[in-house]
Amino acid sequence: MNQEMPVPKTVSPAALAAFLAAVVLSLACTHEATVKAAVKADKDRKAAPNFTLADVNGQKVQLSDYKGKVVLLDFWATWCGPCKVEIPWFMEFEQTYKNKGFAVLGVSMDDDGWTVVKPYLQQLKVNYRIVLGNDKVGELYGGVDSLPTTFLIDRQGKIAATHVGLAGGKDDFKNEIVNLLGPAEAPHAGLLPPSRGALAFFTRAN
Amino acid sequence: MTIKRGGTAELKLKAALQPGFHVNSNSPNDEFLIPLKLTWAKEPIEAEQVVFPKPQLEKYDFSQNPVSVFSGNFEIVTRFKAPVSARPGLVVMTGKLRYQACNNKECLQPRNLDLRFTADIQ
Repeated sequence: MNQEMPVPKTVSPAALAAFLAAVVLSLACTHEATVKAAVKADKDRKAAPNFTLADVNGQKVQLSDYKGKVVLLDFWATWCGPCKVEIPWFMEFEQTYKNKGFAVLGVSMDDDGWTVVKPYLQQLKVNYRIVLGNDKVGELYGGVDSLPTTFLIDRQGKIAATHVGLAGGKDDFKNEIVNLLGPAEAPHAGLLPPSRGALAFFTRAN
Repeated sequence: MTIKRGGTAELKLKAALQPGFHVNSNSPNDEFLIPLKLTWAKEPIEAEQVVFPKPQLEKYDFSQNPVSVFSGNFEIVTRFKAPVSARPGLVVMTGKLRYQACNNKECLQPRNLDLRFTADIQ
């Protein structure tokens, strides 16, 4: 016997609808969200929800531990190809800005936990802290159904920028990080503007 | 589905993805990617073989190498066998489809889809 069974007769239509709806719904959401992020004005920033998660050594990590720093909070997973593109960028940012009040914190959304995450981190030689996430923490940040989703958090613990999906390039993040770190990290850092330069000269002369 | 005791019957599961989205194939070429997986309960009839279509090798913004995927409309065929000792009548078979979808820029959380159909054993 060899018969073709059209789906509506063989598979629960509700189940198939769910399959399609999941994709359709996500598509609709992401089209809204995938826009070039920019740092929000201070008055428009909302507090980044605090959470406590464990790192690979079992050590508890709270977002509030990072208060006073600019934090790049990256929700990612080992099965997420676009996430893999961004991770080297974040490693570079960690290296460049870690002594200037900046930190990257990666939240892995892998259901299989450290069994899959640990080898992945070793393979990529990830140099920043990773914690294992869960749906509860994802919900705090609006669901995080789509990966990568990255939040830039300012020194006051407020969300200054959100990126959903693979960013257009490394500079999208870099410009925002530099902006949030403050004038010392702006281009030409170390050169005082003319008016302040004059003031500095005057002060020294006295 | 109608199936004779001791005989076989095929079930075609038709999937349709939104444009721009893909799911990993049943044999992705990266150990960390989540494969498309179709599993069925062991009874009252037995899934002898699950046949996936030939995957497409596609290049995306996020991939240095082509990725083994399914996109658009595709079918997964399962061949079932009814035991000779099966009792005639209607039976319910259940299964699960696990999939993980991405587009060129982002990936969605893996999903488990419950499947259910009625077979008439004759």
